[in-house]
Amino acid sequence: MDEILDGLTQIDCDILVIGGGTAGPMAALKAKRKNPKANVVLLDKANVKRSGAISMGMDGLNNSVIPGYATPEQYTKEITIANDGICDQAAVYRYAQECYGIIQELDEFGIRFQKDENGEYDVKKVHHIGTYVLPMPNGDTVKKALYRQLRKARINIINRYMATRLLTGEGRVAGAICVNTRSAEFLVVRAKAVIMGLGAAGRLGLPTSGYLYGTYENASNSGEGYAMAYHAGAGLANLECYQINPLIKDYNGPACAYVAGPMGGYTANAKGERFIECDYWSGQMMQEFYDELQGGKGPVYLKLNHLAEETVAEIERVLHIVERPTRGHFHQGRGTDYRKQMIEMHISEIGFCSGHSASGVFVDEHARTTIPGLYAAGDMANVPHNYMLGAFTNGAFAGLDAADFIADVDFASFDQGEVDAERTRVLAPTKRDDGIPPNQIEYKTRRLVNDYLQPPKVTAKMELAQKRFEEVREDMDQGMYVRDSHELMRALEASSILDCADMAAAASLYRTESRWGLYHNRVEFERDNDNWFCHTILTKGDDGKPAHRKQDVKPYVVEIAEDEKDAYDKQRVSATVAAE
Amino acid sequence: MPLAQTSTTVPVVVNDDLCIADKGCTVCVDVCPLDVLRIVETDDGGKTAYMKYDECWYCMPCEADCPTGAVTVNLPYLLK
Repeated sequence: MDEILDGLTQIDCDILVIGGGTAGPMAALKAKRKNPKANVVLLDKANVKRSGAISMGMDGLNNSVIPGYATPEQYTKEITIANDGICDQAAVYRYAQECYGIIQELDEFGIRFQKDENGEYDVKKVHHIGTYVLPMPNGDTVKKALYRQLRKARINIINRYMATRLLTGEGRVAGAICVNTRSAEFLVVRAKAVIMGLGAAGRLGLPTSGYLYGTYENASNSGEGYAMAYHAGAGLANLECYQINPLIKDYNGPACAYVAGPMGGYTANAKGERFIECDYWSGQMMQEFYDELQGGKGPVYLKLNHLAEETVAEIERVLHIVERPTRGHFHQGRGTDYRKQMIEMHISEIGFCSGHSASGVFVDEHARTTIPGLYAAGDMANVPHNYMLGAFTNGAFAGLDAADFIADVDFASFDQGEVDAERTRVLAPTKRDDGIPPNQIEYKTRRLVNDYLQPPKVTAKMELAQKRFEEVREDMDQGMYVRDSHELMRALEASSILDCADMAAAASLYRTESRWGLYHNRVEFERDNDNWFCHTILTKGDDGKPAHRKQDVKPYVVEIAEDEKDAYDKQRVSATVAAE
Repeated sequence: MPLAQTSTTVPVVVNDDLCIADKGCTVCVDVCPLDVLRIVETDDGGKTAYMKYDECWYCMPCEADCPTGAVTVNLPYLLK
């Protein structure tokens, strides 16, 4: 295993789904059910059984819109405000209308959701306005349940192939070029439609531990989706709206507002005082978190030690078993106990992710990107705050629409020269006798991301970042060296990470205002609704570098009253409340 | 530009006595999202899984899915 072999195979399919985490499997299932004759291929650089953000499971739905608890209108309003107004509501509204059906479907797959003594869904309030959080008592079974469905539906699964570039022709998508992560052999997949569900760009900033893989997001989510969409010419939206999360210091698990919050836990400063009203993750909340850390009242803590024993035990049962099971080991190693101490928290590294913020490949309410036949869903597509249920639901939309799209088209022709050029690019690090290993290229890129791109954002620092990224790119193009196909996978990831770093700097420089709290806090600029109440769309320019344009926010489906617009700006606890 | 051999402690530890790689089992290698585990021959001619690359998200499918309980996921030293 791992030796570098020379090989090139071509296969055809109707729909190629890249990424077998959350959105991808649901897209494949929906497409196949709608058109059972379609040849649907699901490809993953890991193994679909355990790939993606929910590799070990998920402890709850953060954004379920369940009749009786919340309405689609209310949810759409909440997310629009939480995302500072920059939101094409059609996609959020459609999600809000149809996600309940997806919950029922997941229920049928054997994934249970918490119910109260009356058999009703036991939905909890965490957000500022509405009630959407639904615990999943057996959330550790999600991937297994999904995998069973994929086998039953006879989806063709290809594991351990990493897609590196999309193929386009005739003005639409034509397929993808992939490379085997254990043999470096190439696979060209011709497809009539391609659905991307490659997750966040989670390996962009460097965690404070300095461990390259200690990221909040599954470390295999290194931004290939963003890089491939960029090189194919698709538009990417609002990349300057970074993802930054409040995490346990040094441990990459969430704090976790969605589990601990409804049970009485909260975020506190060093004095044990609550300083934010609402622990729901938003840029404004992160700004308050940052201010508290920097303002002399830090560190910031997760406070549970005022809760009853049975409550703490229940929180532990969820947090230490389901989503990130090594969390219990971490606390044990540190000698910390939720019952006795507050747990130190910190700010995560930056990344692109619409799952929690809004940086993603631009899509509409059908999950269509700006390239015909190319879809994106989940963390990498720009439907804001869409979390796991958003990945499932928008993945479903992509699968359903792709099934229609392929009915009317044949394979698009593409330039064979693109395949040859990509083989040359991919294999270049294997053709050298020595050079710089990919982990050093990656470390340097990500260290520079922390040094220069981490908010608060400063123009001169971001321009320095661009200059240094160019130097790293030169080193990567001319001197990166790998010894086996596993290292080659890391080299390709380093390339995606550098592409994302370039896009993060360029997008942040383009929007000359502050918005989304800490996510895009440009210290030299105030919020500027007159000029910047718009999406920013980043594409690959003719010079091969990021190009930008503004795009109007579509007229709202759900109107928002003037006095509701700043609901998420008022995060800081007022003196009276803090005293209670 | 020659490469150095820098040693590193790895978070995933496999108990050779429990590992059944010599019976053809590759479950932990198969499920790892980062693909960091491999099978190697032991000194006594048997086989065992081991962590070849220190690139771990400590997510635990290898430990959870191992049929004999041979795999333990520790936290990487840098962050524990």
